[in-house]
Amino acid sequence: MSKKRVVHYINQFFAGIGGEEKADIKPEIREGFVGPGMAINKAIDADAEIVATVICGDSYFNENLEEAKKTIIEMVKKHKPDLFIAGPAFNAGRYGVACGSIAEAIKEELNIPVLSGMYIENPGADMYKKSIYIIETGNSAATMRKAVPAMAKLTLKMLKGEEVGAPDEDKYIPRGIRKNYFAKDRGSKRAVDMLMKKLKGEPFVTEYPMPSFDRVEPSAAIKDLTKAKIAIVTSGGIVPKGNPERIESSSASKYGEYDISGFTNLTEESHETAHGGYDPVHANIDPDRVIPVDVLRDLEKEGVIGELHNYFYSTVGNGTSVNSSKEFAAEIAKKLQNDGVDAVILTST
Amino acid sequence: MVKEIEKTGMPVVHICTVVPISLTVGANRIVPAVAIPYPLGNPELDEKDEKALRRKIVEKSLEALQTEVDGQTVFED
Repeated sequence: MSKKRVVHYINQFFAGIGGEEKADIKPEIREGFVGPGMAINKAIDADAEIVATVICGDSYFNENLEEAKKTIIEMVKKHKPDLFIAGPAFNAGRYGVACGSIAEAIKEELNIPVLSGMYIENPGADMYKKSIYIIETGNSAATMRKAVPAMAKLTLKMLKGEEVGAPDEDKYIPRGIRKNYFAKDRGSKRAVDMLMKKLKGEPFVTEYPMPSFDRVEPSAAIKDLTKAKIAIVTSGGIVPKGNPERIESSSASKYGEYDISGFTNLTEESHETAHGGYDPVHANIDPDRVIPVDVLRDLEKEGVIGELHNYFYSTVGNGTSVNSSKEFAAEIAKKLQNDGVDAVILTST
Repeated sequence: MVKEIEKTGMPVVHICTVVPISLTVGANRIVPAVAIPYPLGNPELDEKDEKALRRKIVEKSLEALQTEVDGQTVFED
Protein backbone atom coordinates (compact mmCIF):
# COMPACT_ATOMS: atom_id res chain seq x y z
CA MET A 1 0.00 0.00 0.00
CA SER A 2 1.37 3.36 -0.92
CA LYS A 3 1.85 5.94 1.79
CA LYS A 4 -0.82 8.52 2.49
CA ARG A 5 0.00 12.08 1.47
CA VAL A 6 0.23 14.86 4.04
CA VAL A 7 0.78 18.57 3.37
CA HIS A 8 2.21 20.62 6.24
CA TYR A 9 1.85 24.36 6.97
CA ILE A 10 4.49 26.31 8.93
CA ASN A 11 5.49 29.97 9.35
CA GLN A 12 8.64 31.83 8.34
CA PHE A 13 10.23 31.26 11.72
CA PHE A 14 9.92 27.48 11.79
CA ALA A 15 11.04 27.35 8.15
CA GLY A 16 14.27 28.99 9.25
CA ILE A 17 13.72 31.94 6.92
CA GLY A 18 13.75 34.55 9.65
CA GLY A 19 12.00 36.16 12.59
CA GLU A 20 9.72 39.15 12.67
CA GLU A 21 11.62 40.97 9.94
CA LYS A 22 10.49 38.20 7.58
CA ALA A 23 6.91 37.93 8.89
CA ASP A 24 5.60 39.61 5.75
CA ILE A 25 6.74 36.94 3.27
CA LYS A 26 4.13 35.61 0.87
CA PRO A 27 3.17 31.92 0.79
CA GLU A 28 5.46 29.47 -0.95
CA ILE A 29 5.44 25.69 -1.20
CA ARG A 30 8.37 23.29 -1.08
CA GLU A 31 8.56 19.57 -1.78
CA GLY A 32 8.92 17.32 1.24
CA PHE A 33 9.23 18.35 4.87
CA VAL A 34 10.80 21.49 6.30
CA GLY A 35 11.79 22.30 9.91
CA PRO A 36 9.48 20.65 12.45
CA GLY A 37 8.04 18.58 9.60
CA MET A 38 11.06 16.34 9.90
CA ALA A 39 10.03 15.05 13.33
CA ILE A 40 6.37 14.74 12.31
CA ASN A 41 7.33 12.89 9.15
CA LYS A 42 9.40 10.44 11.13
CA ALA A 43 6.55 9.82 13.56
CA ILE A 44 4.03 9.02 10.79
CA ASP A 45 6.59 7.30 8.59
CA ALA A 46 5.00 3.85 8.69
CA ASP A 47 1.82 4.88 6.89
CA ALA A 48 2.22 8.41 5.63
CA GLU A 49 4.64 11.07 4.51
CA ILE A 50 4.81 14.84 4.24
CA VAL A 51 4.86 15.43 0.48
CA ALA A 52 4.99 19.21 0.61
CA THR A 53 5.28 22.13 3.04
CA VAL A 54 3.62 25.52 2.75
CA ILE A 55 5.51 28.40 4.31
CA CYS A 56 3.91 31.78 4.94
CA GLY A 57 4.81 34.84 7.02
CA ASP A 58 2.54 35.34 10.05
CA SER A 59 1.95 39.02 9.43
CA TYR A 60 1.30 38.47 5.73
CA PHE A 61 -1.28 35.80 6.45
CA ASN A 62 -3.18 37.82 9.06
CA GLU A 63 -3.11 41.06 7.11
CA ASN A 64 -4.18 39.41 3.83
CA LEU A 65 -6.45 36.71 5.15
CA GLU A 66 -8.62 36.02 2.10
CA GLU A 67 -5.87 36.31 -0.46
CA ALA A 68 -3.47 34.15 1.55
CA LYS A 69 -6.08 31.45 2.04
CA LYS A 70 -6.94 31.40 -1.66
CA THR A 71 -3.31 31.14 -2.76
CA ILE A 72 -2.46 28.44 -0.23
CA ILE A 73 -5.52 26.32 -1.06
CA GLU A 74 -4.43 26.30 -4.73
CA MET A 75 -0.87 25.34 -3.74
CA VAL A 76 -2.05 22.53 -1.47
CA LYS A 77 -4.58 21.18 -3.98
CA LYS A 78 -1.84 20.39 -6.50
CA HIS A 79 -0.23 17.95 -4.09
CA LYS A 80 -3.44 15.92 -3.67
CA PRO A 81 -3.12 15.49 0.10
CA ASP A 82 -5.07 12.97 2.16
CA LEU A 83 -4.61 15.12 5.27
CA PHE A 84 -3.38 18.60 6.23
CA ILE A 85 -1.36 19.55 9.31
CA ALA A 86 -0.79 23.15 10.43
CA GLY A 87 1.81 24.03 13.04
CA PRO A 88 2.11 23.36 15.96
CA ALA A 89 1.94 27.05 16.82
CA PHE A 90 2.39 26.76 20.63
CA ASN A 91 1.62 30.22 22.10
CA ALA A 92 2.44 32.27 18.99
CA GLY A 93 -0.76 34.23 18.48
CA ARG A 94 -0.66 35.18 14.81
CA TYR A 95 0.79 31.79 13.87
CA GLY A 96 -2.03 30.11 15.77
CA VAL A 97 -4.68 32.16 14.03
CA ALA A 98 -3.03 31.41 10.67
CA CYS A 99 -2.90 27.65 11.42
CA GLY A 100 -6.54 27.54 12.52
CA SER A 101 -7.77 29.64 9.66
CA ILE A 102 -5.94 27.79 6.89
CA ALA A 103 -6.73 24.36 8.34
CA GLU A 104 -10.43 25.23 8.52
CA ALA A 105 -10.38 26.51 4.93
CA ILE A 106 -8.59 23.39 3.65
CA LYS A 107 -11.08 21.17 5.45
CA GLU A 108 -13.98 22.96 3.80
CA GLU A 109 -12.48 23.34 0.33
CA LEU A 110 -10.69 20.02 -0.09
CA ASN A 111 -12.84 17.97 2.23
CA ILE A 112 -9.93 16.20 3.92
CA PRO A 113 -9.14 15.75 7.64
CA VAL A 114 -7.02 18.52 9.17
CA LEU A 115 -5.37 19.18 12.51
CA SER A 116 -3.18 21.67 14.29
CA GLY A 117 -1.45 22.05 17.64
CA MET A 118 -1.58 25.01 20.03
CA TYR A 119 -1.22 26.14 23.61
CA ILE A 120 -4.60 26.57 25.29
CA GLU A 121 -4.19 30.37 25.64
CA ASN A 122 -3.33 30.89 21.97
CA PRO A 123 -6.14 33.05 20.54
CA GLY A 124 -6.24 30.70 17.55
CA ALA A 125 -7.25 27.85 19.87
CA ASP A 126 -10.36 29.63 21.06
CA MET A 127 -11.24 30.74 17.54
CA TYR A 128 -10.91 27.38 15.80
CA LYS A 129 -11.30 24.65 18.43
CA LYS A 130 -14.90 24.12 17.36
CA SER A 131 -14.17 23.57 13.68
CA ILE A 132 -10.90 21.59 13.77
CA TYR A 133 -8.92 19.23 15.99
CA ILE A 134 -6.23 21.17 17.86
CA ILE A 135 -3.78 19.11 19.85
CA GLU A 136 -3.07 20.85 23.16
CA THR A 137 0.64 21.67 23.37
CA GLY A 138 2.87 23.48 25.82
CA ASN A 139 3.44 27.21 25.44
CA SER A 140 6.79 27.15 23.67
CA ALA A 141 8.63 25.27 20.96
CA ALA A 142 10.65 23.62 23.73
CA THR A 143 7.66 21.28 24.11
CA MET A 144 7.86 20.15 20.47
CA ARG A 145 8.94 16.67 21.51
CA LYS A 146 5.72 16.21 23.43
CA ALA A 147 3.56 17.77 20.76
CA VAL A 148 4.79 15.65 17.84
CA PRO A 149 3.74 12.19 19.11
CA ALA A 150 0.24 13.41 19.97
CA MET A 151 -0.16 15.07 16.58
CA ALA A 152 1.24 12.03 14.79
CA LYS A 153 -1.10 9.69 16.64
CA LEU A 154 -4.18 11.66 15.68
CA THR A 155 -2.90 12.04 12.11
CA LEU A 156 -2.58 8.28 11.67
CA LYS A 157 -5.93 7.66 13.31
CA MET A 158 -7.70 10.02 10.94
CA LEU A 159 -5.85 8.71 7.89
CA LYS A 160 -7.00 5.19 8.71
CA GLY A 161 -10.54 6.45 9.07
CA GLU A 162 -10.68 5.42 12.72
CA GLU A 163 -13.02 7.24 15.03
CA VAL A 164 -11.41 10.07 16.97
CA GLY A 165 -11.73 9.56 20.72
CA ALA A 166 -12.70 11.95 23.49
CA PRO A 167 -10.54 15.06 23.98
CA ASP A 168 -8.54 13.66 26.92
CA GLU A 169 -7.93 10.41 25.06
CA ASP A 170 -6.61 11.99 21.87
CA LYS A 171 -5.11 15.05 23.60
CA TYR A 172 -6.99 17.71 21.68
CA ILE A 173 -8.72 20.84 22.94
CA PRO A 174 -12.41 20.08 23.65
CA ARG A 175 -14.59 21.13 20.73
CA GLY A 176 -17.85 21.36 22.63
CA ILE A 177 -19.32 18.38 20.79
CA ARG A 178 -21.46 15.90 22.71
CA LYS A 179 -21.82 12.31 21.59
CA ASN A 180 -24.42 9.83 22.74
CA TYR A 181 -23.15 6.61 24.25
CA PHE A 182 -24.42 3.84 26.49
CA ALA A 183 -23.17 4.30 30.03
CA LYS A 184 -22.73 1.34 32.34
CA ASP A 185 -24.78 2.86 35.14
CA ARG A 186 -27.98 4.84 34.89
CA GLY A 187 -28.01 8.59 35.47
CA SER A 188 -29.37 8.55 39.02
CA LYS A 189 -26.64 6.20 40.18
CA ARG A 190 -23.91 8.24 38.47
CA ALA A 191 -25.24 11.43 40.06
CA VAL A 192 -25.29 9.89 43.55
CA ASP A 193 -21.80 8.46 43.03
CA MET A 194 -20.58 11.89 42.05
CA LEU A 195 -22.24 13.48 45.07
CA MET A 196 -20.65 10.89 47.39
CA LYS A 197 -17.23 11.63 45.94
CA LYS A 198 -17.79 15.34 46.37
CA LEU A 199 -18.85 14.86 50.01
CA LYS A 200 -15.77 12.79 50.69
CA GLY A 201 -13.58 15.39 49.01
CA GLU A 202 -12.49 12.92 46.33
CA PRO A 203 -11.84 14.00 42.75
CA PHE A 204 -14.70 13.58 40.29
CA VAL A 205 -15.40 14.58 36.73
CA THR A 206 -18.58 16.41 35.83
CA GLU A 207 -20.56 15.10 32.87
CA TYR A 208 -21.72 18.54 31.93
CA PRO A 209 -19.11 21.27 32.33
CA MET A 210 -20.63 24.75 32.40
CA PRO A 211 -19.53 26.89 29.47
CA SER A 212 -17.56 29.94 30.53
CA PHE A 213 -18.96 33.19 29.19
CA ASP A 214 -16.08 35.52 29.66
CA ARG A 215 -17.74 38.67 28.45
CA VAL A 216 -18.01 42.15 29.87
CA GLU A 217 -21.01 44.42 29.35
CA PRO A 218 -20.13 47.43 27.21
CA SER A 219 -19.68 50.58 29.28
CA ALA A 220 -21.81 53.63 28.56
CA ALA A 221 -20.55 55.99 25.86
CA ILE A 222 -18.90 59.31 26.63
CA LYS A 223 -21.49 62.10 26.72
CA ASP A 224 -19.29 65.13 26.20
CA LEU A 225 -16.01 64.48 24.43
CA THR A 226 -14.85 68.07 24.91
CA LYS A 227 -14.73 67.44 28.67
CA ALA A 228 -13.44 63.87 28.55
CA LYS A 229 -10.07 62.76 29.85
CA ILE A 230 -8.70 60.10 27.51
CA ALA A 231 -5.90 57.69 28.42
CA ILE A 232 -3.73 55.50 26.22
CA VAL A 233 -2.99 51.86 27.07
CA THR A 234 -1.07 49.56 24.74
CA SER A 235 0.10 45.98 24.41
CA GLY A 236 2.46 47.16 21.68
CA GLY A 237 5.38 47.62 24.06
CA ILE A 238 6.06 51.35 23.58
CA VAL A 239 8.49 52.51 26.32
CA PRO A 240 10.85 55.44 26.85
CA LYS A 241 14.14 54.98 25.01
CA GLY A 242 16.29 52.40 26.77
CA ASN A 243 13.29 50.58 28.30
CA PRO A 244 13.94 51.75 31.90
CA GLU A 245 11.56 49.19 33.44
CA ARG A 246 13.16 46.43 31.37
CA ILE A 247 9.84 45.05 30.18
CA GLU A 248 10.57 41.67 28.60
CA SER A 249 10.26 41.33 24.80
CA SER A 250 8.01 38.31 25.30
CA SER A 251 6.08 36.77 28.21
CA ALA A 252 6.12 40.13 29.96
CA SER A 253 6.05 40.00 33.77
CA LYS A 254 5.24 43.70 34.19
CA TYR A 255 3.85 46.85 32.64
CA GLY A 256 5.15 50.40 32.64
CA GLU A 257 3.54 53.71 33.61
CA TYR A 258 5.09 56.57 31.68
CA ASP A 259 4.71 60.32 31.95
CA ILE A 260 4.04 62.07 28.65
CA SER A 261 3.12 65.47 30.08
CA GLY A 262 5.96 67.16 28.21
CA PHE A 263 5.35 65.38 24.90
CA THR A 264 3.38 66.52 21.87
CA ASN A 265 4.94 63.87 19.70
CA LEU A 266 6.92 60.66 20.27
CA THR A 267 10.14 60.29 18.33
CA GLU A 268 12.97 57.89 17.67
CA GLU A 269 15.04 59.83 20.22
CA SER A 270 12.46 59.69 23.02
CA HIS A 271 10.71 56.32 22.75
CA GLU A 272 10.95 52.82 21.27
CA THR A 273 9.22 49.46 21.42
CA ALA A 274 10.22 46.60 23.70
CA HIS A 275 7.96 44.16 21.85
CA GLY A 276 9.70 41.08 20.42
CA GLY A 277 6.69 39.78 18.51
CA TYR A 278 6.69 42.09 15.51
CA ASP A 279 9.27 43.83 13.35
CA PRO A 280 10.17 46.89 15.48
CA VAL A 281 11.71 49.03 12.72
CA HIS A 282 8.67 51.20 11.95
CA ALA A 283 7.53 51.55 15.56
CA ASN A 284 11.04 52.61 16.60
CA ILE A 285 11.28 55.27 13.88
CA ASP A 286 7.94 56.78 14.93
CA PRO A 287 6.30 55.36 18.09
CA ASP A 288 3.17 57.42 17.30
CA ARG A 289 2.45 54.63 14.82
CA VAL A 290 1.59 52.45 17.82
CA ILE A 291 0.29 55.04 20.33
CA PRO A 292 -1.09 58.17 18.66
CA VAL A 293 0.23 60.77 21.12
CA ASP A 294 0.79 63.38 18.39
CA VAL A 295 -2.78 63.26 17.07
CA LEU A 296 -4.34 63.19 20.55
CA ARG A 297 -2.28 66.22 21.58
CA ASP A 298 -3.54 68.04 18.46
CA LEU A 299 -7.13 67.11 19.30
CA GLU A 300 -6.58 68.28 22.87
CA LYS A 301 -5.26 71.64 21.62
CA GLU A 302 -8.18 72.00 19.23
CA GLY A 303 -10.62 71.35 22.05
CA VAL A 304 -12.05 68.20 20.44
CA ILE A 305 -11.20 66.16 23.54
CA GLY A 306 -11.03 67.48 27.09
CA GLU A 307 -7.52 66.25 27.78
CA LEU A 308 -5.05 63.50 27.12
CA HIS A 309 -4.12 61.76 30.38
CA ASN A 310 -0.52 62.51 31.24
CA TYR A 311 0.43 58.90 31.78
CA PHE A 312 0.26 56.05 29.35
CA TYR A 313 0.44 52.38 30.29
CA SER A 314 2.33 49.84 28.26
CA THR A 315 3.18 46.17 28.25
CA VAL A 316 4.32 43.61 25.71
CA GLY A 317 1.49 41.40 24.49
CA ASN A 318 3.73 38.67 23.12
CA GLY A 319 3.18 35.27 24.65
CA THR A 320 2.18 37.06 27.84
CA SER A 321 -0.22 34.90 29.82
CA VAL A 322 -3.86 35.81 30.16
CA ASN A 323 -3.45 35.85 33.93
CA SER A 324 -0.61 38.39 33.85
CA SER A 325 -2.52 40.59 31.41
CA LYS A 326 -5.55 40.53 33.69
CA GLU A 327 -3.44 41.48 36.69
CA PHE A 328 -1.73 44.34 34.86
CA ALA A 329 -5.00 45.67 33.51
CA ALA A 330 -6.78 45.47 36.86
CA GLU A 331 -4.04 47.60 38.43
CA ILE A 332 -3.99 49.98 35.49
CA ALA A 333 -7.78 50.33 35.62
CA LYS A 334 -7.67 51.27 39.29
CA LYS A 335 -5.05 53.94 38.62
CA LEU A 336 -7.03 55.33 35.70
CA GLN A 337 -10.15 55.51 37.83
CA ASN A 338 -8.33 57.32 40.63
CA ASP A 339 -7.01 59.80 38.08
CA GLY A 340 -10.49 60.56 36.79
CA VAL A 341 -9.99 59.11 33.32
CA ASP A 342 -13.25 58.89 31.33
CA ALA A 343 -12.29 56.60 28.46
CA VAL A 344 -9.42 54.49 27.17
CA ILE A 345 -7.87 53.96 23.77
CA LEU A 346 -6.13 50.59 23.82
CA THR A 347 -3.87 49.76 20.88
CA SER A 348 -2.52 46.34 19.95
CA THR A 349 0.04 45.27 17.41
CA MET B 1 -6.79 43.92 29.22
CA VAL B 2 -9.73 45.55 27.44
CA LYS B 3 -12.20 43.65 29.58
CA GLU B 4 -10.47 44.29 32.89
CA ILE B 5 -10.53 48.02 32.22
CA GLU B 6 -14.06 48.05 30.84
CA LYS B 7 -15.28 46.23 33.97
CA THR B 8 -14.73 49.43 35.94
CA GLY B 9 -17.30 51.21 33.79
CA MET B 10 -14.92 53.16 31.56
CA PRO B 11 -15.55 52.67 27.86
CA VAL B 12 -12.56 51.20 26.03
CA VAL B 13 -11.97 51.26 22.29
CA HIS B 14 -9.61 48.58 20.97
CA ILE B 15 -7.56 49.61 17.95
CA CYS B 16 -6.09 46.47 16.46
CA THR B 17 -5.17 44.91 13.14
CA VAL B 18 -6.44 41.37 13.57
CA VAL B 19 -10.10 42.05 14.32
CA PRO B 20 -11.06 38.36 14.75
CA ILE B 21 -8.67 38.13 17.72
CA SER B 22 -10.24 41.19 19.32
CA LEU B 23 -13.70 39.67 18.81
CA THR B 24 -12.57 36.42 20.42
CA VAL B 25 -10.98 38.19 23.34
CA GLY B 26 -14.18 40.14 23.96
CA ALA B 27 -13.61 43.82 23.16
CA ASN B 28 -16.88 45.71 22.77
CA ARG B 29 -15.76 48.66 20.67
CA ILE B 30 -13.29 47.71 17.95
CA VAL B 31 -11.60 49.89 15.33
CA PRO B 32 -9.54 48.09 12.66
CA ALA B 33 -5.93 49.24 12.33
CA VAL B 34 -3.51 49.37 9.40
CA ALA B 35 -0.93 46.64 9.99
CA ILE B 36 0.58 44.67 12.84
CA PRO B 37 3.96 46.50 13.05
CA TYR B 38 2.30 49.93 12.53
CA PRO B 39 -1.35 49.88 13.59
CA LEU B 40 -1.66 53.66 13.35
CA GLY B 41 0.67 54.54 10.54
CA ASN B 42 2.00 53.64 7.15
CA PRO B 43 5.70 54.15 6.48
CA GLU B 44 5.05 54.26 2.73
CA LEU B 45 3.17 57.56 3.02
CA ASP B 46 4.86 60.91 3.51
CA GLU B 47 4.75 62.38 6.98
CA LYS B 48 1.73 64.60 6.37
CA ASP B 49 -0.44 61.89 4.80
CA GLU B 50 0.59 59.40 7.43
CA LYS B 51 -0.49 61.71 10.23
CA ALA B 52 -3.79 62.35 8.43
CA LEU B 53 -4.34 58.59 8.27
CA ARG B 54 -3.58 58.28 11.97
CA ARG B 55 -5.96 61.12 12.76
CA LYS B 56 -8.73 59.38 10.83
CA ILE B 57 -8.30 56.21 12.90
CA VAL B 58 -8.22 58.18 16.16
CA GLU B 59 -11.34 60.13 15.15
CA LYS B 60 -13.06 56.84 14.36
CA SER B 61 -12.08 55.60 17.83
CA LEU B 62 -13.46 58.72 19.48
CA GLU B 63 -16.67 58.23 17.54
CA ALA B 64 -16.79 54.67 18.89
CA LEU B 65 -16.33 55.93 22.45
CA GLN B 66 -19.29 58.28 21.97
CA THR B 67 -21.54 55.56 20.56
CA GLU B 68 -23.75 53.41 22.80
CA VAL B 69 -23.34 49.72 21.88
CA ASP B 70 -25.22 46.72 23.21
CA GLY B 71 -22.71 44.12 22.11
CA GLN B 72 -19.44 43.73 20.25
CA THR B 73 -19.28 46.34 17.51
CA VAL B 74 -16.65 46.85 14.82
CA PHE B 75 -16.46 50.46 13.65
CA GLU B 76 -15.42 50.31 10.00
CA ASP B 77 -15.15 53.17 7.55
